[in-house]
Amino acid sequence: MTSSSIAGWQPTASVTIVGAGATFPQPLIQKWTVTYNQLYPQVTISYSGIGSGGGIQQITAKVVDFGASDAPLSNTQWAAAPGLVFFPETLGGVAVTYNLAAYGIPSTTVLHFTSSVIAQIYMGTILKWNDPQLVALNPNVTLPDAHITAVHRSDGSGTTFAFTNFLSVTDPNWAAQVGYATSVTWPVDTAPGAAGVGGKGNPGVAGAVANTNGAIGYVDLIYALSNNLGVGAVENAAGNFVQPNLQTILYAAQNATGTPNPKDLRLHIVNAAGPQSYPISTYTYILTYQDMSNDPNISLPMAQAMAHFFWWAVHDGQQYAPGLYYVPLPANVVSADEQLLLTLNYQGTPLLSSS
Amino acid sequence: MQTQLEKNRARQRARHPDFLRTALIVLVFALPIIGILYLYSLINGSLDSIQAFGFGFLVSSKWIPNPPNGGPPILGALPAIYGSVVTTTIALLFAIPISLGIALFQSDLAPRKLRLPSIFLVELLAAVPSVVYGLWGILFLVPFMSNSVDPWLLGSLGFLPIFSGYANGLGMLTAGVILAIMIIPYGSAVMREVVTAVPRAQREACIALGGTRWETMRMAVIPYASTGIIAAVVLAMGRAIGETMAVTMVIGNVARITPSLFLPAETIPSVIANEFTEVAGNGIYLAALFELGLILFAVAFIMNLIGRLLITRLAFHGKVASDA
Repeated sequence: MTSSSIAGWQPTASVTIVGAGATFPQPLIQKWTVTYNQLYPQVTISYSGIGSGGGIQQITAKVVDFGASDAPLSNTQWAAAPGLVFFPETLGGVAVTYNLAAYGIPSTTVLHFTSSVIAQIYMGTILKWNDPQLVALNPNVTLPDAHITAVHRSDGSGTTFAFTNFLSVTDPNWAAQVGYATSVTWPVDTAPGAAGVGGKGNPGVAGAVANTNGAIGYVDLIYALSNNLGVGAVENAAGNFVQPNLQTILYAAQNATGTPNPKDLRLHIVNAAGPQSYPISTYTYILTYQDMSNDPNISLPMAQAMAHFFWWAVHDGQQYAPGLYYVPLPANVVSADEQLLLTLNYQGTPLLSSS
Repeated sequence: MQTQLEKNRARQRARHPDFLRTALIVLVFALPIIGILYLYSLINGSLDSIQAFGFGFLVSSKWIPNPPNGGPPILGALPAIYGSVVTTTIALLFAIPISLGIALFQSDLAPRKLRLPSIFLVELLAAVPSVVYGLWGILFLVPFMSNSVDPWLLGSLGFLPIFSGYANGLGMLTAGVILAIMIIPYGSAVMREVVTAVPRAQREACIALGGTRWETMRMAVIPYASTGIIAAVVLAMGRAIGETMAVTMVIGNVARITPSLFLPAETIPSVIANEFTEVAGNGIYLAALFELGLILFAVAFIMNLIGRLLITRLAFHGKVASDA
């Protein structure tokens, strides 16, 4: 049994591979599975967006062949799944979005936010849009005397992880009282006079923001753009106010990643350095077993196809990212991914060889 | 002496050995066994949570699955139970009179030509998937409530604690309204059956005494059918309390107990639907969601039981009446 070389690889048998996890990369992964199936008709890959936590749970329980998660595994989660490895497959930004159209502020008006102001809104201490702190940040906009409805995710989510991670890193108050996780307990929900609302999934949050005058929310960038919602500029570590787009998210990745360690590819890129870096950016990860025979449901042909698919996704697959508002991986992350993927094996025999 | 019919039956039975009968018996006993296994798995799944929180789970209003200090989760079911009770109550307040009105219209008032179309239209509502109700809720009902209904209630009845605070359309009132629309077809269908079942003699007696149409319904029909009407209410309530998707989309999903019906809250099913994807590696959290399911199961089971008992009583009444 020899490991197949990557370039001339062809599947040896008809296989079906099942993945599940984060909803954030779902459009991109689905684009990949369809395109890959056209290139290699014998390989059918299906992916269900059931949430990052669900992805971690199902790959740990070996229910699916690969998982996906926006939040990197915690040490506890990693310890619960011996032999599991993960690598970033794309990255994206979390937009701070708002709906003030009823008050004469169109979605094209870019409001400025600092992490402190965002944290105070979600803690229920800033209650109105004409709060002096918001007015000071946006001197050219006439902010209304209107309640802020703070919309957050009601389900656990990698988007929440990135958003609360950013607030925890930049605001000690937030770190002490709320912290960061895929789901947190939002102080705004119970603060007197405040209006916190939970929406299910990115579409739920975007829908609640779109239908509520004076709402603010956080969603993956594409949901803000496709719903024609306002997208705020957030103050980054350099003190500049930056709007999320493919370029500013890539800056964040390039500035924050350093030299990734292929043995532990947990990359935190919130509040990245660099004058043009968007501060609420996050990688999203694919989870798989290093020795794929760990999962008794995975046969050798499946393992070979899966390893090749992963390799294809972090190389050829990256070209499909910008069209769907994802950021192609920076070169240093691709090479770290390569090093990790080359260690994937089946009962000790490597599945890919770089020759 | 055997009748001809019984002889035919005996012959048929001889021809078809008891295969079908055996299969049916097996199926009949399989169902309760599946029910028991289901209950067992619910209890088994919630053991960790029952041990960790005890009775306090039912009365605590804190819901902190991931405490910032990294400690174990602190979970209490009270906000979810409260939200379920309040939204179901609102739904019933709207649904009972409307369902009864529809039932009486269809049984006693509607011109013959209108009767069938109206039954068909109301029952059509029961066929709409709940996610469609939710979608309609978030796109139409939520803006309608926040722009029209809520400001009006705030202005006229804002002194009441239940209509206080800031209304953005996502909350218990909207959830209750959508639930009412969803359970009306169920309530009215059962009520129509029991109201139609009221013997003609009952109505005619009242009319003979000089009763108007309204008096006949109020004094002869409704009291006679009351047990059946209550059973319909219980069945509708069971459906309302378990409804998940539409409620999740409009209730705002916030773990808090507030008197104001404008404010977001959560229900037992909405918590389960929202949070179960993220419980990986957090045993007590998962167990707590199982326990929520167990609570819901217990509530729904008791409600169904009451409904069954009332319907049985009604059937008994009806028999006595028709025999008399």
